[in-house]
Parts: sequence; C-alpha cells; structure tokens
Amino acid sequence: MSCLLETPDKPVAIPDGNPQEELTPLHHNTHVIAVPGYDRFKSLKATIPIVVFLLPAVLFLVVFLLYPLLSSFQLSLLDWNGLGSGERFVGLANWLRLAQDQLFWKSLGNNLLLAFFSVLIQMPIALILAVVLDQASKSSRVLKILYFLPLLMSSVALGVLFKNVYDPNFGPINGFLSAIHLDGWTRDWLGDPRLALGSVIAVVCWQNIPFYMILFLAGLASFPKELSEAARLDGASDSTIFWQIKLRHLQGTIRTAIMLAVIGSLRYFDLIFIMTDGGPEGASELMATYMFRTVFSSFQLGYGSTIASAMFMIVTLVAAATMWLTRRYETEVK
Amino acid sequence: MSSSITPVSGMNARGSWFTRISVPVLGLCWLAVTTLPFIFVLMTSLKTQMETFSSSVWALPEKLNFVNYIAVLQGGFWVYLRNSVFVLVLSIVLILIISSMAAYAFARLRFRLNKPIFALIVAGMIVPIHITLIPIYLLTRNIGLYDTPFALIGPYVATALPVSIFILTEFMRQIPKELEEAAKLDGCRTFGVFWKVFLPLSGPGLSTVAIYNGIGLWNEFIFAYVLTSSSANRTLPLAVWDFQGQYAADIPAILTVVTLTSLPLIVAYAFGQERIVKGMMAGALKG
Repeated sequence: MSCLLETPDKPVAIPDGNPQEELTPLHHNTHVIAVPGYDRFKSLKATIPIVVFLLPAVLFLVVFLLYPLLSSFQLSLLDWNGLGSGERFVGLANWLRLAQDQLFWKSLGNNLLLAFFSVLIQMPIALILAVVLDQASKSSRVLKILYFLPLLMSSVALGVLFKNVYDPNFGPINGFLSAIHLDGWTRDWLGDPRLALGSVIAVVCWQNIPFYMILFLAGLASFPKELSEAARLDGASDSTIFWQIKLRHLQGTIRTAIMLAVIGSLRYFDLIFIMTDGGPEGASELMATYMFRTVFSSFQLGYGSTIASAMFMIVTLVAAATMWLTRRYETEVK
Repeated sequence: MSSSITPVSGMNARGSWFTRISVPVLGLCWLAVTTLPFIFVLMTSLKTQMETFSSSVWALPEKLNFVNYIAVLQGGFWVYLRNSVFVLVLSIVLILIISSMAAYAFARLRFRLNKPIFALIVAGMIVPIHITLIPIYLLTRNIGLYDTPFALIGPYVATALPVSIFILTEFMRQIPKELEEAAKLDGCRTFGVFWKVFLPLSGPGLSTVAIYNGIGLWNEFIFAYVLTSSSANRTLPLAVWDFQGQYAADIPAILTVVTLTSLPLIVAYAFGQERIVKGMMAGALKG
C-alpha cells in the first residue's frame, strides 16, 4: 500500500492484485541486496569440501576414462602406426573404410550371436540353478562353494584350461568320445571354422552362469516367504507358485541380467582372444579382438581407434535401447 | 528350512515328487559340469609329460608327482605373485578412499550439480574398457610408466570407481541423519563427520566394494598385457600367458601354472566364503 502512495503518477488502470505483485519483487530485492557478499562467502566456504571430496574421483575418471574416450574419436581421424611422429590426418577416411569392412560387420554379427546365445543359454540355466539352490537346504552350502569356482578363475587360466580340454589329440572331450566308441563325433573344436565360435560360447556360458545364478539367488532371497505360504494355503501347487508368483517377483532381476549379458557380449574380449584369437579365418572374430589385432599386430592405430569408437557407439546405443525397452530396471531390483 | 516350522509347507506338498527328483538331479548335473574341468586340470598337473602322451586323459596319474610344481615355483612364479599383490593392495586402498569420499559428497552434501555428476559417473559403468585401451597405452608410454606395475593403477582405479561410488552412495544414504547432527553438535566439521561417522559405519559397504573389485582386478588381463612387457613387472594372470609360450607343448606344466595362479583366490575364498558370496551378490545386483 505504501508503495502506491509514494508513486502517485502510476497509471490508475492497475488492477486490484497489482500492489501485491509490486510488493513482492521489492521485498525480494531488499533481501538480495542485503546479503550477497555474505551469501557468496558462505557458498564458497560450502564449496570447498565438495571440491575436496569429489576432486580425486573426478581426476581419475577424467584422465583414465573420459579423456581416453574422447581421444579415441580423435585418433580415429588419423593414419598412424603409433610409433613415430608419422601421423597423418585423414578425416573420415577410416570411418568410410569401416563401413565397407566385411570383417568388421562379421565381427559385429558374431558379437550379436554371442549376445543372443548368452541370454538364451545362461538365463534359463542360471535361473534353474538358483531355484535349486534356493530349495535345497543343507547341501546347498557345499554346492554354492563349488558352483562358484568359475567366477574366481582368471579368463587366461580358464582359456588355457579349455584350450586343453578342446585339444583334438590330448583333450578329454575327444578322449571321452573315443572311449565310448563315438570316434566319428570327435572334432577339432577350436580349429574348425564352423565350430570355433560355438565352442568358445559354451565356455563363456560356463564361466558366466554362476554370476547370473548369484544374481537370481539374491532376487529369490528377497522373496517374502509369507507370499508362497499364503498361496499354498489357497491350494496353489509348487509349479503354480513358481510360475505365477516367484517368476513375477524376479522380473526386475531378469531384466537386469539380460541387460548385463547383452552389454557384456557386445564388448566381450578375453576368452576369444586367449582361445582362438578370432580365428580360424575370422570365424570367431569379435569387435574387440579385431580392434586389438588392428592396433597391436598390424600397427594401424588410427583404424583401430575407429573400430573402438564404433564399438563404443554401438554399446551405448544398445544399452540405451535395452534400458528403454525394459524401462527403469533399477527401481524394481530393490 | 520352513518345513520345520509348519508341517504343510516345504517340499512335501502335492505335486512335489517331480521337484523332489529333478532338483537334486539338476544340481548334481551342474556339479559335474563345473567340477570336471577342475579335476582334469588337477589330475593332469600331477602327471609327467610322457604320461599325457601314453595313457588316457581320464586315467589317474601313476603316482603323485610334484615335479611340475617344483619347476614352476622355481621359475619366476613368485615375482608375478608379488606384483599382483602390490598392484591389488595399492589399487584397492585408492579405490576405497576415493570412492568413499565421493560417495559421501553425493549422499550428504548439497550442491546443484550433485545429481547430474552422479548420473554421469554411474553411466561410466557401461563404457567398454577396451575403447580406453589405445589412448591409455599412449598415455602410459608418454608419462614413462610403461612396463612398470604403476602403469596399472590408474586404469584399475578409474574402471572400478563408477560401480564403487554407486554402491557406497546407496549405502551412505541409509546412515541416519541424527548421527551426523550429533557429530556436528560435538564440533565436527564436514571432514570430521566423514572420518568419524561415515567411514566407520560404512564397513560392510566398503568390504563389498573391496571384494567385488578385488576379484575382478586380481584376474584382470588386458590392461596388464598391454601396459607391461617384461616378466619382472607382470601380474599373475600373465604368468599363465607367459608360461604357455615358454612351455609350448608341455601340457602338465602349463596346467600346473593354471592351478597355482588360481590357488590364492580359492584359498581366500575357502576362508571368507560367506563374505565373498555376499560381496559378489551385492556387487552383482548393483553392477
């Protein structure tokens, strides 16, 4: 009201609500004018701990994750063997080459095959095993310990182990087949282009199933016992309880597992590199192994970076798509 | 489990004969699939090279024969082990300190970019580490750390941080505010609250982070392979790789290396089984 009295030359046509509107900004203003120095000082003082607490993490992530990520895209524009100073800017030439590179598309196809079979084989087996362990009471401790073993092994140890298992002459698989007089079934498991990828996928599944089993076990452990008891009192059978109630409860966990399996398959490297190195004749080549050979055997650092960058874009795209398709999985896991 | 409480429940309800048979059968089948390769490795490592050529793969070794173990243990195995322990301890200590500090900031400090930065870091979990390989290789060479155990610390810590920060932030959010306020009344500043209240109360979260990352880093192969070249500076997973080249066709010797390199984690697992499974479970769910 006092405002209006001090400014009598203001147009009279102002609607009723206006004085208040005029008051509020003025009021707000005085508040701001009175304290900005103090506010800034205070916020600066509050900023110091934030910076101190976040700085180490940000530093490591920028130097060893963000910078390499961006640098990869930059390197993809070069023609360079990685050794001397003979780098040459070639623009998008590497990317055009990639688009026409049969081996790259083949390796992407292999990555997708790996993803498909990983989900198809690992999820059901891991789920069944989790249910088995969840139901078996006393013996499960021992089983859990033994089931868990593959997760503790390094990929190199596993790769070398299974290379010997698959060995056509001295390996136990062919040895077993011969012993039961199925000599016709013996194969050169890793040396045959038609079999190599499948043989390695089997080992990848063997290695990863315990991981997903643990994931599902954790999901089952959070299942409220009262629910199944109540359903049983209502006359539901074991199988009904499993299919109708428990599986529904696990939905979120299963989505997470599928997402992890798909992303993991698209960026897979270890066992293929160790067991077949993408061979024979590129039959088991993956994007990551192709990238690795391009850089560290053919010394085409620029083109290798192009493959790496493409891989990053594909993984991000697929991750985003999977996330979008399965909606927000995180909230449901808890 | 529950059958001891209520007689109706458990596996004695109707329709369960199938479950009663199929559950143990499936369990045993997978047990065979899991353990047979390990039995094969252990058995072969106790054979001589001649035996692997002359007798069947599944034949027991003629006698317990530790020649291979002695040869491997005298052939530089300890150097790999020492490097592995050094890299692991240093990495895990750094991961724990750095990620708990960041997690505290995200869980408790108020600032405008809190959510966006946190989301960005968590998104770092899906970055395929192989894409960082070439630039990190160049960087390591340029700063003169190539072929030293120190070359591995940076990438190891950085790749472990997103998941670790995520786990610890979730954990610290659940620590009651009252404890924090009580400490502030006692005159603690931000750092004091972190050090005296949050760090001690985050024990279980920290051990989850240490176990989950510890197993992964102990077995890490690709960075170790690219960033180091001499056997004096390499970690245990590369022992298998290097010995494989060295022994070529000596299958028992190679499988002895496989056994020996896997042993430390298996022994650790035998002692801390419960803890490790829990750590992996929590890590798997969050990762």
